[in-house]
Amino acid sequence: MKKSVFFGALAATTLVAGMAAAATIDDVKARGELLCGSSTGLTGFGAPDASGNWTGFDVDLCRAVAAAVLGDATKVKFVPLTGETRFTALQSGEVDLLSRNSTWTMSRDSELALDFVAVNYYDGQGFMVKKELGVSSAKELDGATVCIQTGTTTELNLADFFKQNNITYQPVNVADDNEAQSQYVAGACDAYTTDASGLAASRATLPDAENHIILPEIISKEPLGPVVRHGDNNWGDIVRWTYYALLIAEEKGITQANVEEVLASTTDEEVKRLLGASGDMGVKIGLDNAAFKNAISAVGNYGEIFARNIGEGTSINLARGLNALWTQGGLQYAPPFR
Amino acid sequence: MTTINAVPRDGFRLSMLIYDTRYRAITIQLFVLAMVIAAIWWLGSNLQANLEAKGRPLSFDFLWSRAGYDIGQTFIPYTSDSTHFRALLVGLLNTLVLAFFGCIFATIIGVVVGVLRLSKNWLVALLTSVYVEIFRNIPLLLWILVIFVPLYEMTPAPNAFKLTDAMIASGTEPAASMILGGTVAITNRGTYIPGFLFDRGFEAGWMTALAILLVIAGSLAVHLTLNARARRVQEATGVRPVTWWQSLIVLFVPLAVLLWALGFHLDIPQPPTRFNFEGGVVVPNPFIAMLVALSLYTGAFIAEIVRAGIISVSRGQTEAAYALGLRPNRTMNLVILPQALRVIIPPLISQFLNLTKNTSLGIAASYADLRGTLGGVTLNQTGREVEAMLLMMLIYLSISLTISSLMNIYNRSVQLKER
Repeated sequence: MKKSVFFGALAATTLVAGMAAAATIDDVKARGELLCGSSTGLTGFGAPDASGNWTGFDVDLCRAVAAAVLGDATKVKFVPLTGETRFTALQSGEVDLLSRNSTWTMSRDSELALDFVAVNYYDGQGFMVKKELGVSSAKELDGATVCIQTGTTTELNLADFFKQNNITYQPVNVADDNEAQSQYVAGACDAYTTDASGLAASRATLPDAENHIILPEIISKEPLGPVVRHGDNNWGDIVRWTYYALLIAEEKGITQANVEEVLASTTDEEVKRLLGASGDMGVKIGLDNAAFKNAISAVGNYGEIFARNIGEGTSINLARGLNALWTQGGLQYAPPFR
Repeated sequence: MTTINAVPRDGFRLSMLIYDTRYRAITIQLFVLAMVIAAIWWLGSNLQANLEAKGRPLSFDFLWSRAGYDIGQTFIPYTSDSTHFRALLVGLLNTLVLAFFGCIFATIIGVVVGVLRLSKNWLVALLTSVYVEIFRNIPLLLWILVIFVPLYEMTPAPNAFKLTDAMIASGTEPAASMILGGTVAITNRGTYIPGFLFDRGFEAGWMTALAILLVIAGSLAVHLTLNARARRVQEATGVRPVTWWQSLIVLFVPLAVLLWALGFHLDIPQPPTRFNFEGGVVVPNPFIAMLVALSLYTGAFIAEIVRAGIISVSRGQTEAAYALGLRPNRTMNLVILPQALRVIIPPLISQFLNLTKNTSLGIAASYADLRGTLGGVTLNQTGREVEAMLLMMLIYLSISLTISSLMNIYNRSVQLKER
């Protein structure tokens, strides 16, 4: 009994470990579908809408990659993953790409054998509390009960923040965002902490959003971005440059609406290369030359994706802030497309 | 006589390993053993090779690095500076405490319901049948959620107990009030109950606890001696001396004196001035939800085991007991249940094991059990899935084997003694 259990599990782990070997691009093309690890439902970033279609900021990146690789932005299967399951799912080959507000850290890059290919959202960890609590700073949260998603970097930042400020708290570790939100709303915890963008998204879904405030302290750097498995550099390049193509498109004023028009009339050599009118940039990384044009015409440029899903005017109402283009004082900067 | 010896005496030939029944069994067993060992070796080396290929060889060093995260419910001192190993211990203790109380409550529920289900009272039998069928046939995870969610959705937040100066001025009462004479508060985070405080206690807390335990043990010993003497007198003279007041004094006066000497008083939880109740002891809602769900769920299975055990005792035993003039409840306690135990204990062991293993669903109710710490946060933050999983399997296996060996010892003690 003892032995059979132990070795059965060993067998299972070896099977899983043996799966993630072949080139991802070939798998995706053979399958005709991109498997995209998504959040379990974070409005604005990745959540199914009323008719079951996944929409959101992170979801659009998957659609852009699908458009670039397969020529069709609808050929994506979204796999909802919790904070705990996401990296294992990626490592074991259950998904091709993880686009789910995941923070880039050194240990994830090295120990988890993952590659963060870009930062599509510069974020930081914040706190949300109810207005009636009368708290105006996170440092006033001494003794509070704090809800937190388990398996995230926010868990570690939270411990560090309270320790540094010499105050105490009672953690409530919950499995996912929805659960954390419902406990927070019921008052089972005084504060809910996660990335500020996630807080804004959660707050937007509350019926009494005006009764909740996000505290001014941002206690960490949270560079969020798409993740691929370590070791398949070509696939990493594809995801990275699809993302940069969306950034360059915004920089050059190429939008979902005018992409064909720009292609016909442009005299800018970089734009020509980007849209596949000259050179063979797409072919160089194993795609069509029209790959990036397809991505842009499927989801629009970075600015459009931002504005449509989480920008000012949406219910999430996030300012561009750090995520403005470098030309407008932000951090979003794509290397030259040549 | 020697001539009819059928076994040829010309020594051992290799083919005899297969064709000679004396050796064949051993040959087959050795062959199977070799296959099993080869399979294990292959799986192990495969795992090793794959991990090496990914640049992540098997290593348990992560256990000694700083954990960096906090845990809600801890029975031993733990901070974010403690090691992952300490986090493992915290989770293990949470698992064990939950399993321990779960087994006790599940057994109580199971025995009561199992007996009641055989009741001749139609309503009682029906209600217990409904309970058993509902709990047995719906997954445990759903029961955990069904119990946990109302626990935080429908109970008041600690803030509701707050009494501010403005409220005193206007004469309004807090939205919620404490029960049992203002000593216990049921909130959506947990139930706050009074704790014990000692103003003049020993320096070390365990010394205080030991002193109290020693006094209680001494009192009990004297009480038992008193009873034994009373029985002797009764057997000798037929008249039992009145001892209840002596027992009362012996049982309670020394304890009361000791508690007074230690400066004992109750630490009653105070409504929050900021976020949470101050003082007292909190029984967190995740623990309550897990305990209730596990006890009710496993209790339903135990009820069926108990019922089967009772039915297995021949009807003649009941009739014989009745013929001797025993009333129904004494018949059950003295005649039926002791015999039923022999049938009940073995399947009961596996229910205890199930309950213990089911504690690993704790994360559904935010309960930080072993799977939540070692198999959850530690696994996630260090990325050591294989190591964490192997360790967890080993620990659950050890717990289960310990429980089942203890229960087997008990089982042997209640089995029919054949002499």
